[in-house]
Amino acid sequence: MSIEIKHVVKKFDSFKALDDVSLKVDKGELVALLGPSGSGKTTLLRIIAGLETADSGEILFHGENAGDKKVKDRQVGFVFQHYALFRHMTVFDNIAFGLRVKPRKDRLSEDKIKAKVNELLHLVQLDWVSARFPSQLSGGQRQRIALARALAIEPQVLLLDEPFGSLDAQVRKELRLWLRRFHDDLHITSLFVTHDQEEALEVADRIVVMNKGAIEQIGTPQDVYHKPASVFVLNFLGNVNLFRGRIINGKTANLYIRPHQFNISRSSQGDNAIQALIKHINPAGASVKIELVSETGDPLHAEITQQEFLLLKLSKDESVYLCPRDITFCEYEI
Amino acid sequence: MSLARTETPGVRRILIGIALLYLALFIFMPLLIVFSTALQKGIIFYFKSLADFDTVAAIKLTVLTALIAVPLNLVFGIAASWAIAKFDFRGKNILLTLIDLPLSVSPVISGLIYVLLFGLQGLLGPWLLAHGWRIIFTPTAIVLATIFVTFPMVARELIPVMKAQGNDEEEAAITLGASGWKTFWYITLPNIKWGLLYGVILCNARAMGEFGAVSVVSGHVRGFTNTLPLQIEILYNDYNFTAAFAAASLLALLALLTLVIKSLIEFRFKTELKLVRKH
Repeated sequence: MSIEIKHVVKKFDSFKALDDVSLKVDKGELVALLGPSGSGKTTLLRIIAGLETADSGEILFHGENAGDKKVKDRQVGFVFQHYALFRHMTVFDNIAFGLRVKPRKDRLSEDKIKAKVNELLHLVQLDWVSARFPSQLSGGQRQRIALARALAIEPQVLLLDEPFGSLDAQVRKELRLWLRRFHDDLHITSLFVTHDQEEALEVADRIVVMNKGAIEQIGTPQDVYHKPASVFVLNFLGNVNLFRGRIINGKTANLYIRPHQFNISRSSQGDNAIQALIKHINPAGASVKIELVSETGDPLHAEITQQEFLLLKLSKDESVYLCPRDITFCEYEI
Repeated sequence: MSLARTETPGVRRILIGIALLYLALFIFMPLLIVFSTALQKGIIFYFKSLADFDTVAAIKLTVLTALIAVPLNLVFGIAASWAIAKFDFRGKNILLTLIDLPLSVSPVISGLIYVLLFGLQGLLGPWLLAHGWRIIFTPTAIVLATIFVTFPMVARELIPVMKAQGNDEEEAAITLGASGWKTFWYITLPNIKWGLLYGVILCNARAMGEFGAVSVVSGHVRGFTNTLPLQIEILYNDYNFTAAFAAASLLALLALLTLVIKSLIEFRFKTELKLVRKH
């Protein structure tokens, strides 16, 4: 089912949580709502679910206005940030809940419910915790049970609020790859909220970058990373170096260059090279991160491959030349 | 073990001794006296004095009052604590303060408020009387005064429990397709049941034992507007000590029963609260 959001506005007292937000999510897409806290991403998700109502604007599910539909009639699976598992019920009863509260005429027999819950437990690879209580599970397990519970009602749309927000780094990485594979198998229209750019870049088909209640950019991970639409998106999606310069026609411009867009050499190559002093080298990781200080005293970040690093044999307090291969973003001052 | 403990074993023993002596002197002794005086003239006289017409009427009225006041305050308590714990609205603090009001006002004053409202010289009294409603000096007034005095009991127990649990589980239930009623019945109620039971037990004890507010509005009509505490006073003033203490022993038994249930619940409640925190 596709989701369309048209000109949604939401205020909390005088605070504008959402300011004229429009967005379309296609059927079967996995979309990330990315932004800092207070950017309105969770509010948008809750409005789609029907847990909050918009002050104005429309939400369309599959082209139909969902505004009048109650939460329970929207067929939306919602996974909460802190799981919100029913603490007084076993894992089995948690997952079965959505099936058991259906009106009698739509309800499956207890046998079928049992079969379905077991199937879901199998799907999230947690068959063996069926009789446990939520307090006896680890964070990652709780999150997967919360997902199984949301899927039990066969939702048309899956909404996840910071699904990995309260997990430690290792489990987080595992679970987000798992979510990606999971989505590839089920193809259910999904929207997840995150403040972690790495997570959004890695998992989503498309990313919606939000800031102060408005959408800054909608695009594929490549787009938002390599072709940011604003300085905010540029900064939010990774480290960047800022240069102020005068362009040939006399205008002043701010040039933004990502750390990995530099070539480092010991001799000046061309007019664009910037001389800088190496202050710190961090060779741990896939690439080598180098912190430098330019002649004008501005801090600079550069990232080169391990191979280049070995070839250059750079060391601390050495003076080098940085030559930008590319520019990510150029902002003219008028 | 606390590392900061510096008292000698002697000091410890003295402190424990003082506490126990104090308990014995002010709690166990009176209790013992209540039961021994009640049974002074033998078990037959004990039951005979309990079977006295006025005393039976007083017991009935006490039970009836509790049967009305406790369920009403149960509903009110859930509604009020739900509103306070789960919503933000204007006047929330005022509501919180008002809920505590009966606890900070002397029960006698609470009773007087009802006399001023419903009495013959009161605000609503003459109008109500003209329509055939007599409130003051009837069981109705007793029930009203009891409701007033006991209404914070349930709400006060529930508010912290509900606040600690938040809204998440209810919202999850609704997204899973549960109606408001099913959400309350299957999610909210099981999560607050021990707190609720605790509040009900305390509310009941207070409803049955209330003296001050009830005394002001009752009019002490024997066999008609006397609750058990009022009946005890009357018997005592009649120098009918054994009968007075026999009636008092019922309230003492109620108190003991309440304490036992309360500590049982507290035991369960604690493990449940621990689960809440771990969750």
